[in-house]
Amino acid sequence: MFALQILTNGLVLGCLYACIAAGFSLVWGVLNVINLMHGTFIVLGSYLAWAAYNGLGLAPWVALLVAAPLFFGFGWLLQRGVLNRVIAAPVLVTLTLTFGLDLMLNNAMLLAFKADYRKLILEPPLGTLELGPVLVPIDRVLAMVLALALTGALWLILRRSRVGRAIVAVRLDRDAATLMGVDVKSIYASAFAFGAAMAGCAGVLLAMIFPISPLASGAYLGKAFVVCVLGGLGSVPGAVLGGLVLGIVESFGAMAFGPEHAVTLSFGLLILFLVFRPQGLIGRRGFE
Amino acid sequence: MNRRRDAILIGAVLLLAAAPWLGGAYALRLGTFACMYAVMAVSWNVIGGLAGYPSFGTAAFFGLGAYAGGVLLSKGGGLIAALLLSGGLAFAGALLLGAVLLRLKGHYFAVASLAVAEVLRELANSATDLTGGGMGLNIPLATLGGAGPLAEARFFFLAMWALLVLTLVVVVAVERSRLGFGLACIRQNEAAADMIGVDTTLYKSLAFALSGVFVAMAGTLYAGWAHYIEPPDVFDVLYSVKPIVMALLGGLGSTTGAVLGAFAFLAIEETVWRNSLQIHSGLLGLLVVVLLLFLPQGIVSIGRVSKAWVTRRA
Repeated sequence: MFALQILTNGLVLGCLYACIAAGFSLVWGVLNVINLMHGTFIVLGSYLAWAAYNGLGLAPWVALLVAAPLFFGFGWLLQRGVLNRVIAAPVLVTLTLTFGLDLMLNNAMLLAFKADYRKLILEPPLGTLELGPVLVPIDRVLAMVLALALTGALWLILRRSRVGRAIVAVRLDRDAATLMGVDVKSIYASAFAFGAAMAGCAGVLLAMIFPISPLASGAYLGKAFVVCVLGGLGSVPGAVLGGLVLGIVESFGAMAFGPEHAVTLSFGLLILFLVFRPQGLIGRRGFE
Repeated sequence: MNRRRDAILIGAVLLLAAAPWLGGAYALRLGTFACMYAVMAVSWNVIGGLAGYPSFGTAAFFGLGAYAGGVLLSKGGGLIAALLLSGGLAFAGALLLGAVLLRLKGHYFAVASLAVAEVLRELANSATDLTGGGMGLNIPLATLGGAGPLAEARFFFLAMWALLVLTLVVVVAVERSRLGFGLACIRQNEAAADMIGVDTTLYKSLAFALSGVFVAMAGTLYAGWAHYIEPPDVFDVLYSVKPIVMALLGGLGSTTGAVLGAFAFLAIEETVWRNSLQIHSGLLGLLVVVLLLFLPQGIVSIGRVSKAWVTRRA
């Protein structure tokens, strides 16, 4: 069945979208900051995977172990050093600040890697999985599974670990959390660091499937936005649901209207949701 | 309001009009950009500074104006007709869109306004029959044909300058009107403004529309001036961000500040970035970061900030 194949493609894409959006959603929900650098973090992660494979012979699933702590540290420093200074400022300031930082990062990336497209090519190729009439390349299946695992890990950290509970507490009520002895500034840094680590890891996974280019950062950022709004802000299950919905809608939309309208479709969906259901599919209202 | 600053504003704008008689083609080009940037910054200030809604929609209006006017011009329409069309489209579009988008606040509004430009760009990209799609749109200007490049540059400079004057007159009039007062109320406390009888939806929509009209007209002039537009050029997200940086440079919320910020921005752009093309956008980013972290009140506060810094050290 043709539709079944498209549904499968949509699911694979959706899991990756969930992974892209989970960290973004965390930062937006907890810090009330839209991190416009998220897309650039993702592309940086892809470059890391590329360099690790071509330079050191490390497969992407191994590179994840390098990317996660690296991006975590980078995100933590960025939040502590720069973003915490304006955390209470109006939306315009935080948004413009991350835009400025993104311009710098992206420019540095362009200088370092040039605008050429690169592709991480696994040798030997992993082959293709045949499930009846449906064909899926194994590297995609692997990326999908790892994306789900990472997203699940973030969810577990938020549910079970001490720092995770503190992050959720700060999101629910910052003042109450402060009164309970939570160091809010340090929790902000941790939340941002988790967001950055998720972005970096998502980038590593995306490198297994898509070509790498500094110019892709805007598109990834756009996906993260749309997924957050679809699923509901600041919750990991919301990001997963939103990611899957977007992946499937895009796959079927590309078939129905042609792939060139995929962006219009997803942004149209975004505006519809913003207006009629700003809390998302399973989000709660009341977080600006 | 600040008398001295307003005098500076009037002086700076009037002085600019002398550019065609002072400099050559380069000065004209700079002058045209100065006027265009000022139109953008002053317009953004209506929604972003006065009403306090962080709009990232300037690129959408600019591109809309460039394409609406550009298509009409390329089909042989006159410049005045093209300007009226793009201004009217932007006003009507912003009113309609505003009624929907302006119910959103904070990040949601910012993101939605950003998305409008993306959608318009994709539409311009895919409506190949009308806009030429990704190949771009050539705009031969029939009305001025054969006048020579310098005369044309002079014409477009004066047109852009006149647009700036028009924008300033309208915006300053609005600032001092009931509408301006209502917008200031909305910025400070929207719920309270609503309570005391300000029609917030109408006022916000009008502010959004006002922030679009003149930018769209500037887009049309730009299209006629450049003779060639393409979607990634006129719907560039930087057109949404630059006006914000200009307004921040001049000090948020003041029309004078927006004009001076636009001029200052252009000066920085020309002196610093033109000599460092490779790191152009990185330096723009650096400017934004430094501005927001150290000079949130704009460059006019540089004296105050450094004095405070010195006294803290001493």
